[in-house]
Amino acid sequence: MTPVVKIEDVHKIYDSGEVKVHAVRGITLDLYKGEMMALMGASGSGKSTLMNTLGCLDRPTSGTYLLDNIDISTLDRNELADLRNEKLGFVFQGFNLLARTTALENVELPMLYGKRRVRSREMQERAMHCLDIVGLSDRADHFPSQLSGGQQQRVAIARALVNQPQVLLADEPTGNLDSKTSVEVMGVFQKLNDEGITIVMVTHELDIANYCKRNLVMRDGRVVSDTPVANRSIAETEMKRIHEAEAAAKLIA
Amino acid sequence: MHIGSTVTVSFRALRRNAMRSILTALGIIIGVGAVIAMVSIGNGAKSMVEAQIAALGQNVLLIFSGSVNQGGARSGSFGAGTLTIEDADAIQREITTAIAISPEVRTSAQILANGLNWSTQILGEGADYLNIREWPLSDGTMFSDADVRGVGKVCIIGQTIVTQLYPDISPIGQTLRIRNQPFKVVGVLAAKGLSVQGTDQDDLVIVPYTSAMKRVAKQTMLRSINVQAGNADLIERTQNDIISLLRQRHRTTEQTDDFTVRNQQEIADAANATSNTMTLLLGAIAGVSLIVGGIGIMNIMLVSVTERTREIGIRLAVGAHGKEIQLQFLTEAVVLSAFGGTIGILVGIGASELLSRLNHWPTLVSATAVAVAFLFSAAVGMIFGYYPARKASLLDPIDALRYE
Ligand SMILES: Nc1ncnc2c1ncn2[C@@H]1O[C@H](COP(=O)(O)OP(=O)(O)OP(=O)(O)O)[C@@H](O)[C@H]1O
Ligand SMILES: [Mg+2]
Repeated sequence: MTPVVKIEDVHKIYDSGEVKVHAVRGITLDLYKGEMMALMGASGSGKSTLMNTLGCLDRPTSGTYLLDNIDISTLDRNELADLRNEKLGFVFQGFNLLARTTALENVELPMLYGKRRVRSREMQERAMHCLDIVGLSDRADHFPSQLSGGQQQRVAIARALVNQPQVLLADEPTGNLDSKTSVEVMGVFQKLNDEGITIVMVTHELDIANYCKRNLVMRDGRVVSDTPVANRSIAETEMKRIHEAEAAAKLIA
Repeated sequence: MHIGSTVTVSFRALRRNAMRSILTALGIIIGVGAVIAMVSIGNGAKSMVEAQIAALGQNVLLIFSGSVNQGGARSGSFGAGTLTIEDADAIQREITTAIAISPEVRTSAQILANGLNWSTQILGEGADYLNIREWPLSDGTMFSDADVRGVGKVCIIGQTIVTQLYPDISPIGQTLRIRNQPFKVVGVLAAKGLSVQGTDQDDLVIVPYTSAMKRVAKQTMLRSINVQAGNADLIERTQNDIISLLRQRHRTTEQTDDFTVRNQQEIADAANATSNTMTLLLGAIAGVSLIVGGIGIMNIMLVSVTERTREIGIRLAVGAHGKEIQLQFLTEAVVLSAFGGTIGILVGIGASELLSRLNHWPTLVSATAVAVAFLFSAAVGMIFGYYPARKASLLDPIDALRYE
């Protein structure tokens, strides 16, 4: 089996005039279909840089990147855009929804730029389906400003899902969420992963990383540890526990 | 992306900033409105001039005394009378291509009838005058050649005379006193209304020119001679023949001519040249405001691109091509300007309608002006939207996403 994502000795150097920042210093990594990996590391260790590279938003300074066996260094700007549209779903660190645009229209966005023309009926149905997956179908016509942080994050996830990507990349998807909403989001991720979508997510929290199958830790642009998760948390069980605890708290109060 | 979705996206974006979109379009609305209104005024003036010239009759030549060909101390046109009845007779006799002629004298006089009085213009003409001018009678008949030869005391009157002197009775057969000379009314002219200059064309009495000279004005010279050529192709020949005949009779040369022959086309050309210049000038001024409107669009689109850098980044990140971003912004600019153009056309039509109602200016909204203004406004959007759109399309997705 060939890996969905295969990077070899990838470096990224930001060259902003006087100072050169060597953000990623030689990372080699294989990701197979159905993997769910947490990317961890201190602030500034190069996680977002690596994610942007994996997301084909940015090109590595050196090294090779094969996505689904396609060498992205051979692709031009537009072919990269098509690749992002068809194979990748990206959830940004700060949700990055279009303001004054309804949740539904935000989720429809990637379908507007697909190679295949999607009728507006189908577009709506698919967008609604994805909002349903993240549990927001009742908020379809709300604007981002009318949604909570967690809801906005889930709209961003729905948008990343709408073109049925092979790889879902999420940069700190739970960074702004309370622990209960975080578990909800992890529930969505685990469900998607069970359906076969490969997931890479950045997190600072160990307990969130524990919902994944594999943990990768970076320091100063290098991988310092790459371990399978031994005792994986299951979001569904965790949710149940939280509900029970809440019910108990109510009883006491 | 497909053009349909591009337009949808553009409309969504414009709707999100409805107030700003309307204000931006306002520049184009004013520009296009001004173009339409100005060109309508110009065209209206032109059509009135054309109508007035057509009212002179078909294939008409006008001979008047005095020369306008050179300066010096010569009198102007219609100056010292130099045309005589004999000149008119000679033209009638010798110029075979002239099918009708009518010598003309003019004077103004107090007229009396029915116990009422009125001051009006008296026109002395030949029996063919109404045929040359293509001016029908609404009642009665035109006086005859015999009346002209016999210095007859007959007249035909305009509609204004009817309202002023014969408010209750039919004027036909009634007696009208011009400078105390009785004239029998034999015909009433059809109404003509106001001229472009605003004078009442129905305020006149026409008598045989012989009667006008001997009984009313007591003059021996003609003011002018109206000549009608057989057809349009004969106009020039007729004109040349008349000139050489009159030169022979008056013993003049081109330098010393004491008469002028103008044909209708020359009069029309001169008038058209003036109104064309006016239309062009008004159109140009209005065009400038359209360009100013275009700059307004460019300005707002540039602001919009900067302001929406993040949005552009998001679109690029989810798979938009640079061309699609460019198309989106270009479509927005064109939708804005075409929307402005459409409203502007309505405003322009309304404004010219209003002007013609309030100021009695003749206006004529031309379909060409409407089409040109619309296409031009769309083109303005295209031209001034291009640079901002191009700028947007060249953004790098990561840089755009990181833009604060
Ligand atoms: N566009 C850029 N230009 C220059 N340097 C950059 C740029 N983006 C990131 N860097 C630098 O690269 C390094 C890695 O940044 P990166 O954003 O990948 O860190 P991170 O691991 O995502 O941190 P955090 O956990 O705070 O999000 C940092 O030192 C940062 O300053
Ligand atoms: Mg980061």
